[in-house]
Amino acid sequence: MLTRRDFLQVAAAAAAALPAGLAQAAESGVVTQSDLLAFKPVGQVTLLNFCDIHAQLVPLYFREPSVNIGIGAVRGLPPHLTGKNFLNHFGLKAGTRAAYMFTSEDFTALARRYGRVGGLDRIATLVKAIRAERPGSTLLLDSGDTWQGSYTALKSRGEDMVDAMRLLGVDAMTAHWEFTYGTDRVKELVDKLGFAFLAGNVRDTEWDEEVFRHTAFFDRGGIKVAVIGQAFPYTPVANPRWMIPGWSFGIREDGMQKRVDAARAAGAQLVVMLSHNGFDADRKMAQRVRGIDVVLTGHTHDAIPAVVPVGSTLLVAAGSHGKFLARLDLEVKGGKVTDYAFKLIPVLSDAIAPDPEMAAQVAKIRAPHKAELSRVLGRTDSLLYRRGNFNGTFDDLICQALLHERDAEIALSPGFRWGATLLPGQDITVEDIYNQTAITYPAAYRMAMTGKAIKAVLEDVADNLFNPDPYYQQGGDMVRVGGMSYIIDPTRPSGKRITDMRLSRGGKVIDPAKTYQVAGWASVNQGTQGPPIWDLVANYVTGRKVVKVPEGQLVKVVGV
Amino acid sequence: MSDRALGRAGLTRRQILIGTAGIGLMAMPRWVQATPAEAAAAIAKITGGAKPAAGRITLRLPQIAENGNSVQFAVAVDSPMSEADHVKSIHVIAEENPFPQVATFYLSPANGKAEVTMRMRLAKTQTVRAIAVMSNGSAYEAQQEVKVTIGGCGG
Repeated sequence: MLTRRDFLQVAAAAAAALPAGLAQAAESGVVTQSDLLAFKPVGQVTLLNFCDIHAQLVPLYFREPSVNIGIGAVRGLPPHLTGKNFLNHFGLKAGTRAAYMFTSEDFTALARRYGRVGGLDRIATLVKAIRAERPGSTLLLDSGDTWQGSYTALKSRGEDMVDAMRLLGVDAMTAHWEFTYGTDRVKELVDKLGFAFLAGNVRDTEWDEEVFRHTAFFDRGGIKVAVIGQAFPYTPVANPRWMIPGWSFGIREDGMQKRVDAARAAGAQLVVMLSHNGFDADRKMAQRVRGIDVVLTGHTHDAIPAVVPVGSTLLVAAGSHGKFLARLDLEVKGGKVTDYAFKLIPVLSDAIAPDPEMAAQVAKIRAPHKAELSRVLGRTDSLLYRRGNFNGTFDDLICQALLHERDAEIALSPGFRWGATLLPGQDITVEDIYNQTAITYPAAYRMAMTGKAIKAVLEDVADNLFNPDPYYQQGGDMVRVGGMSYIIDPTRPSGKRITDMRLSRGGKVIDPAKTYQVAGWASVNQGTQGPPIWDLVANYVTGRKVVKVPEGQLVKVVGV
Repeated sequence: MSDRALGRAGLTRRQILIGTAGIGLMAMPRWVQATPAEAAAAIAKITGGAKPAAGRITLRLPQIAENGNSVQFAVAVDSPMSEADHVKSIHVIAEENPFPQVATFYLSPANGKAEVTMRMRLAKTQTVRAIAVMSNGSAYEAQQEVKVTIGGCGG
């Protein structure tokens, strides 16, 4: 149960500019839906935003990272704060609901106290209530990574999420993982979408022409709002380019400046960038592109309880997996934001009544798959999670499955930021396995690699994560390893971060010239052979009945 | 011209990547690679020893190449392109390609504006430099690093 004290703490955290009225809402002692919704409106326009929902339709657990290292100028700045440092920075207390929502501190205990988060029917309830409160003033914007990440999304090739988002009444979205359904499917779904799919930085490789709309204009509260979409700039690098061979992406900062200038010239009084750049790249872009009022960030899954001002631009980071709904109220005068109020609304599933219409839609989507989704494969004795710069316990489980099922010495598993968390004692179902693995290029390969080549992979991915210039950061978190350990100094230059690579079995140093049997999945190369990763992990869990995964000892981080 | 030379170097990066099923494999062909020092010497020759100044020239490149075999670049020089003041030539140098001099464009006032675009192959992560030599003998330079990465692990 939520106490008033908890609520006040989260209220204090939820936004620096939180209205005083919110505190009064907690007088009843137990936090309710209306407490979560309490907000003193400001100005003419309300922006509602979520990102990286990763096709999660029903409530789940999601543990925030315990390691999120910022390099160079962003060291120690949000979102590169975790655990106690995060709590201290935002004036929050350990053991509270805020600690549960924003950090990994005491996660298991707090999860048992506060319950699951997210669920599209809960989000629908919040959206409807805010729209009713602010009629004609509200825009609902999705920063992308919506169509991928679950069993039902994979089976329907994204269509379940398109249907659900239409029902939710999204006004515009941008994209990243959406593109992994391939050129033709993306075109089909965009045609079906019924709202704006904005991706100004996607151009065709042949003629360098725009592929999608870049800007949508809306009239809200008497204000002309321009929303400019920026898709994930490195989709063809981080994900299979062969699935979208005719499309080129990139940061294209000069293009963004042109769009902003054109939007202003067309009379926009409020310019919103709907972005999947990732937070650090968004922060850099906000510093360099003039005239953006608000950036609704995505990609890096950061949940930041306050807006982050960069010059005169406000950055919003609304978390992932449906765990939060961001509300930003704006007062606009003479083409400038003169006042605002913000709240990152925690979507606490137990405190919010499901919207019946959306609940029915979700049930309809899941009904044909019910038996398979709920099929129990085993049980976990450990907290299973992925998110963080290095191996999470769910990754360790996947790597163990790769080593065992493919008889390999070393396993490599992608550092995706998505994937729901399981608490100790929970059953592991087929749905849970897909929540960690549901991609369109799932083949679990086995191949011989030299020690030198393995190091090159680790160095390459490390630079994609820890390059001091965010415009050069390409993908997800660090590639996960199994069967080996290493030391990393993220502050070192490219090619010099990884040392002391050793085989876990026997502790021998990995020889650059020697060849090792490596198993992995999610190769971006066309024609990769191997069974789908979900089958492999399911087999492994079924064979063990109960899995126990200790916190990883494979990666030692130094220099930070 | 250097593109043709590169084409003869055998395996393309794409072929190499396809040949390996992994998250990726940094198996670059064993080309003899130029060094930044050699590139600097080539630039000194182009400018007649003059040290190129910053400004007036912009180089547009991706930060990370989607495909190292075909990296689009665009160079624009701010110039009236008059008889008295115009851009004589634009040079693009990839410091660590086996043949660093990717392209040379000769211009005259008849061009009207000094803007060129082309695609190049980049053998590996490196700095690309663009030099403009002006009609009065002065030179301007812009440069940017382009990463050629294995890819994968996409967020």
